[in-house]
Amino acid sequence: MLTILYKTSGSVLSPRRYPCYRFFMGQHIPFIERLKLAWRVLMDAEFASKIKEGAKPLSPERLHASGLMLLNALQREGRLIDFLQQDVTGFSDEEVGAAARVVHGGCRKVIEQFFEFEPAVKGDEGISMSVPAGFDPQRIRLTGNVTGQPPFKGTLKHHGWVATTVRVPAPSEALDPRVIAPAEVELL
Amino acid sequence: MSRYAVGIDLGTTNCALSYRDITESAHQSQRESTSLNIPQLTAAGTVEERLLLPSFLYLPKVEEFPEGTLALPWDDRAHFIVGEFARSHGVKVPARLVGSAKSWLSHSGVDRSGALLPWDAPPDVERVSPLEASARYLAHLLGAWNQKFVSKPKQGEGRLQVQDIILTVPASFDAAARELTIRAAQEAGLEQVTLLEEPQAALYAWLELVGESFRKQVQLGDVILVVDVGGGTTDLSLIAVTEQEGDLQLTRIAVGDHILLGGDNMDLTLAHHLNQRLIAAGKKLDAWQFAALTYGCRQAKELLFHDPKLAKAPISVASRGSALVGGTIKAELTRDDLTRILIDGFMPRIPATEMPQTTRRTGLTQLALPYAQDPGITRHLASFLTRQARALSAAHDAPVKVEGKSFVHPTAVLFNGGVFKAGVLKNRVMDVLNDWLAADGGAPVKELQGDDLDLAVAHGAAYYGWVRQGHGIRIRGGTARAYYVGVESPMPAVPGFAPPVKALCVAPFGMEEGTRADVPPQEFALVVGEPTVFRFFASSVRRDDHVGEMIDDPAGSDDFEEVAPIETTLPIQSGKEGTLVPVNLQAAMTEVGTLELRCLEKDGEGRWKLELNVRAE
Repeated sequence: MLTILYKTSGSVLSPRRYPCYRFFMGQHIPFIERLKLAWRVLMDAEFASKIKEGAKPLSPERLHASGLMLLNALQREGRLIDFLQQDVTGFSDEEVGAAARVVHGGCRKVIEQFFEFEPAVKGDEGISMSVPAGFDPQRIRLTGNVTGQPPFKGTLKHHGWVATTVRVPAPSEALDPRVIAPAEVELL
Repeated sequence: MSRYAVGIDLGTTNCALSYRDITESAHQSQRESTSLNIPQLTAAGTVEERLLLPSFLYLPKVEEFPEGTLALPWDDRAHFIVGEFARSHGVKVPARLVGSAKSWLSHSGVDRSGALLPWDAPPDVERVSPLEASARYLAHLLGAWNQKFVSKPKQGEGRLQVQDIILTVPASFDAAARELTIRAAQEAGLEQVTLLEEPQAALYAWLELVGESFRKQVQLGDVILVVDVGGGTTDLSLIAVTEQEGDLQLTRIAVGDHILLGGDNMDLTLAHHLNQRLIAAGKKLDAWQFAALTYGCRQAKELLFHDPKLAKAPISVASRGSALVGGTIKAELTRDDLTRILIDGFMPRIPATEMPQTTRRTGLTQLALPYAQDPGITRHLASFLTRQARALSAAHDAPVKVEGKSFVHPTAVLFNGGVFKAGVLKNRVMDVLNDWLAADGGAPVKELQGDDLDLAVAHGAAYYGWVRQGHGIRIRGGTARAYYVGVESPMPAVPGFAPPVKALCVAPFGMEEGTRADVPPQEFALVVGEPTVFRFFASSVRRDDHVGEMIDDPAGSDDFEEVAPIETTLPIQSGKEGTLVPVNLQAAMTEVGTLELRCLEKDGEGRWKLELNVRAE
């Protein structure tokens, strides 16, 4: 009984096929064809350049599917889009505060699951520090009186953040990335 | 040969899997078991890894989710949801959510192999049996494992199917529930499975952690009480430190009754209390918001337990609609609530003589899950220790001395289960135990420091797999119950009176795995071609009954609990249909850890296995 259920899962589903991912892929190419294509692109420079000229660019939502997925998770767990889309002018700090707890708790959970962070510079903010020659401008931004020669003397105003681990799940092709949160219709 | 010992904790609310290389023989005194990160759906179209797989199954309506968004890395046609997303989405659609399958698996009042879950589902929901739900959780773990360890499916030595699998069950699971657990594993495709009791697994996890230094931490004569409060069940075991030929040995001497009471009840109780206050203030929560409140209570509880200086913790319950600001409902949990409702409610300070407030249930009259009626875990503990003292004092070779004591005196306590992340709850149990001991002339208990309360059972199970290879120390003890078949006494028929039933002992207390009991001298006659049903009883306190002993009126005694009946049908080829064949009964404890009953033809070659009938009457 059980094994049958597993094997024939397809027949349990509706025979109707949802067109969503073909629609968003622009054009559906079978896997093996894609593989052949990829091989040719790799091996044949001329063919690759032809493809480059003719290829349709990815739609913005496919290009940024991962970013949209992050928004999706922040909304699902922390109601971030609800919060940001609402005009909070007329509400008391108490009410904004109560909502902020939902946002903070939920978004924090997502952020903790997807990333691990550490400060770009270790040390308490406010301490004076020296920035040596050849510092990494990705990780350190100089502000204030930016003159003279290194090593620079300064005060650590903000320690910065660096993501040391990124485990954002891969967006599923079956999902329309534009939908940040589906509408919920409760049946009676 | 298997490369790994794989420990699977198939929990009431969460599953976990740990593994350990068993080809290595050296043991450094540190954790060597590794937990598997289990990929699972956390939202439609989103697969993420978690150390725990929530034991929830969601049965979606066909058009509920876009096609392909329920796919798993190992099953792109999955049509049901297991794990995190099942739990979170199921809150909004409770009629399609299967939870607590494990509690149903041990519920003798229902047909456990019948498609009856979700219990309250409308007719158009395709239901599954508790057995099948459990099988699907295991199949999920199998998929996750094979995806990680096997590059070519169905070949290679990495497959979970060829590993040495240790599956944990509550110590309080009876023979039928153990048998069903093995069947669930088989349905999931796992054949090489051995059962291990969860409190023992917790102790193995501790043994792995402390290594050889365990000899310094416990001495001969010590009695270790394992208090395992999981999400849905409370499981108690006593393990004695004994000696054989000068070597320290661990012997499990007793297990508690099956108590459906756990951490989930605690969070739920807090949520109900706060909900009362919200209702009084004119705020009404829907089911989803109530679940959010319950989750919020758990967070607030952990916060208050973590920081003893905090007097209260805020809880925000989001609105269902998109207007978050203004629609969010505020509540707060105070330290007073926590102490009064949780600690005093679930762990009351009571004398050791105070027993749980209701009589034990017989099982067959109940339909929905037989939740414990008394939430006082300390009362259940008092009852367990007192009953076992009585049982041990009556036994001829009790491994611990109980003379002059009104309950079994533990010398050490090992806590297990997420509930005990709260040090306050551990302290309460220790305080209560020490009060009892002081009043009964005993010495105070000490706590054995375990580690990860969520993963210890899976770790310990994997470690046990390694111990089975001949390393380290093994916990002995055999079955913690004696088993009996019900035999009707011959008497003239009296309308309205069922003939009295006697219990014939077929499997004594403490049967070791891989052994079988002698054939009791009583013979039965089976009718060829017709099903024969025996009533079946178990006792966790009758330690001295021998095979073949007959005890009066088990149904009316507190010592016995009735478990699933057993049945067999003699095939026609063993004789002419309708003729009587005299047989003897024989019980065997399999290596796997299940009880097997056989019929042996008297003066003949015939042997038939008796099946535990898990369908309700």
